Amino acid sequence: MSATTYGWLVLAFPLAGCLISAFGWRVLPGRAAGWIGTAAIALAFLSSIGALVALLDKPVQSRELTSSLYSYASAAGLDIKLGILVDPLSVYMILVVSGVSALIHLYSVAYLASDRGYSRYFSYLNFFVFSMLLLVLAGNFVLLIVGWAFVGFASYALISFWYRRHTATRAGMKAFVINVIGDVGLVFAAFFIFRDLGTFDYLSVFHAAPQHFSTNQGVLIAICLLILVGAFAKSAQLPLHTWLPDAMEGPTPVSALIHAATMVTAGVYLIARTHPLFELAPTAADISAFIGLATLIFAATVALAVTDLKRIIAYSTISQIGYMVVGVSIGAYAAGLFHLMTHAFFKALLFMGAGSVISAMAGTQDIDRMGGLRRALPFTSVLMIVGALALAGFPLTSGFFSKDEILVFASNRGGFYWIFTVGGYLAALLTAFYAFRIIFRVFWGEPVPEARELEGGHLAHAEPANPLTGEPEDTDVGFPGPEHHIAERDRPMWLAMATLGVLSIVGGALQIPGLDHVIETFLRGSFLDSRLYESVPSVLADWEGLAVGGAVALAGIAAAYFVYVARPGTSAALARRFRPVHAFLVNKWYFDELYDAVVYRPAIRIGRFSTGVIERVVVDGIVTATVDAVRGIGVVVRGAQSGFVRAYALLLIGGFAGLGLYFLIVSS
Amino acid sequence: MDITWYVVLSALLFAIGAGGVLIRRSPLVILLCLELMLNASNLALVAFSRAQGNEDGQVFALIVMVVAACEVVVGLGLIVAMFRRRLPLNVDEMRDLRG
Repeated sequence: MSATTYGWLVLAFPLAGCLISAFGWRVLPGRAAGWIGTAAIALAFLSSIGALVALLDKPVQSRELTSSLYSYASAAGLDIKLGILVDPLSVYMILVVSGVSALIHLYSVAYLASDRGYSRYFSYLNFFVFSMLLLVLAGNFVLLIVGWAFVGFASYALISFWYRRHTATRAGMKAFVINVIGDVGLVFAAFFIFRDLGTFDYLSVFHAAPQHFSTNQGVLIAICLLILVGAFAKSAQLPLHTWLPDAMEGPTPVSALIHAATMVTAGVYLIARTHPLFELAPTAADISAFIGLATLIFAATVALAVTDLKRIIAYSTISQIGYMVVGVSIGAYAAGLFHLMTHAFFKALLFMGAGSVISAMAGTQDIDRMGGLRRALPFTSVLMIVGALALAGFPLTSGFFSKDEILVFASNRGGFYWIFTVGGYLAALLTAFYAFRIIFRVFWGEPVPEARELEGGHLAHAEPANPLTGEPEDTDVGFPGPEHHIAERDRPMWLAMATLGVLSIVGGALQIPGLDHVIETFLRGSFLDSRLYESVPSVLADWEGLAVGGAVALAGIAAAYFVYVARPGTSAALARRFRPVHAFLVNKWYFDELYDAVVYRPAIRIGRFSTGVIERVVVDGIVTATVDAVRGIGVVVRGAQSGFVRAYALLLIGGFAGLGLYFLIVSS
Repeated sequence: MDITWYVVLSALLFAIGAGGVLIRRSPLVILLCLELMLNASNLALVAFSRAQGNEDGQVFALIVMVVAACEVVVGLGLIVAMFRRRLPLNVDEMRDLRG
């Protein structure tokens, strides 16, 4: 089979899984929906491998294959096909997406086993994977926008999955609204592209762009910035990041899949996909890189202070995506996409571990109430430590190679790009610190009652409560069940975490400077027209960067050890000492309050003004005045309608007589 | 041939008809007066046709007769309907359509 046939199969399996779970929820027994969903994604992963093999058979220059099912619209120069583009970049993405998704489905089979919405969950989750694969396989901007919007909807549906929990529904709406801002940006970008180039097709656009646009032409920069609006809304970069921490209201595997491993990296993919435009508009690319840098430092500082376990990891995700955005914006495409993959491994792993910990704590997410879970959760703690090591960039783990490659590329590019290297290493220090803040706060220290209970062999099941507000919840439909599942006891969770743990450690081996460069070689087929792709740093520079990165990671871990284990109480003392700074970080730099003051309240005020003045006075005034005018004229004219037939006849005859007389007089 | 007398007669008949329509209240008589007006115009048409020496006016007169016949059918039908519903046969009292 050809690579494109595999591409269609990749899309077909998740869609089929989604429909089966959606329509079969009444008849599917027990965990059947979960296994069907997992199998569908696993088959999609196998098809992705098929596409990879088929693509590798072709020479490097001809690895961009397109295929279309039918034409959406074909009129007046507009030709939109339901077409996919199978090239190294999209195959790389579908491998990462379907591979990680399959493991997270496997994890969910057990984790959500006692949830009443089991089939609904897997239907949504399969729909998400379908949308994400559609997004990365799309062969033109229109289909990209379709996938983009589907993904946004799937994210909304899964964040609001426990729909009786009002914090979850609000978080879902917030995510949806901010994602729609991004959709609008992307739609406008596509519109401008069509206006100037007359096509939506990727390959035609990228082929025509260098002839049509001069470097840094205004309209091209506008297009790139509009694309960035879409990318940043989806990837939770400044200033559109506020939805991602709130998205943690969804079930933990959802956070792992959508809000860490796949959907939020769509923006990174988009920038890499449209790299011919960004290379023609270096200004836009630099803006993108600086926003990425700002985001990565901002989010890392917030992760130092917040105490909600999932929100720490969420801010870490925002920060890590900042690295990827910097990477693909400065031209380190292979490195940025490499980090996308390794991040998917270790961040999904961290979220899975967090899910297991939260289950062991009977739903509590606050790390202030955790501690000493190391002996109670031996497997989870080891895997979480592996994930944290990879996140921190501990030498020879996957994050170590991918992160430093971006930063070395930046320093190698010359000019002002050294800023990204310095900022990146600074944030790497913070990253190592907060990664081990999680580990030391959760697994070290004095065991909490739940940990002791679990050591005694009994898993705590508290009364279900909203982890955010502490309000009690009923366990009827639309709420997490009272039962909890931990990795130590459930085989599917165990298997998924173990696989990701291994990948988090050895994933870096795909691209070790001086030894191999599998990803760079493979992705070259999609970046043949890129001027920056080949300008990779020397092996020596790479290893220097890796040495610095390793030292920074070790320093961060050591600092965390000192603060949280060697001298417990240091962090509390620091928080007291620098109370304003701590409050600033705990409140996430007051971004939510800023939006509340700048967007929400003025909007409400405009709305009040509109109902009070425009609606009451202007609109109602126009309507009332029209009615009154018609009625007034009617009163005057109505007198003529007496109802006397003879009066009408007199008027008629008199009128004709008058006319006749007039004409007689005029003509004589 | 002098058509003055024909036209004068026609005008007189028309004036009588018009006066009847305006003065009388019985719908039946109003209908008769309408017929009178139509026939006055017919007379004028035929007279002019003779004076001009072509037949156009006579054709018009025939058409007017047809229209008059139709009108009588409708008008008499209305009057019969009014009578059967025991409505007053007085046009001044039939003024439900006043504004």
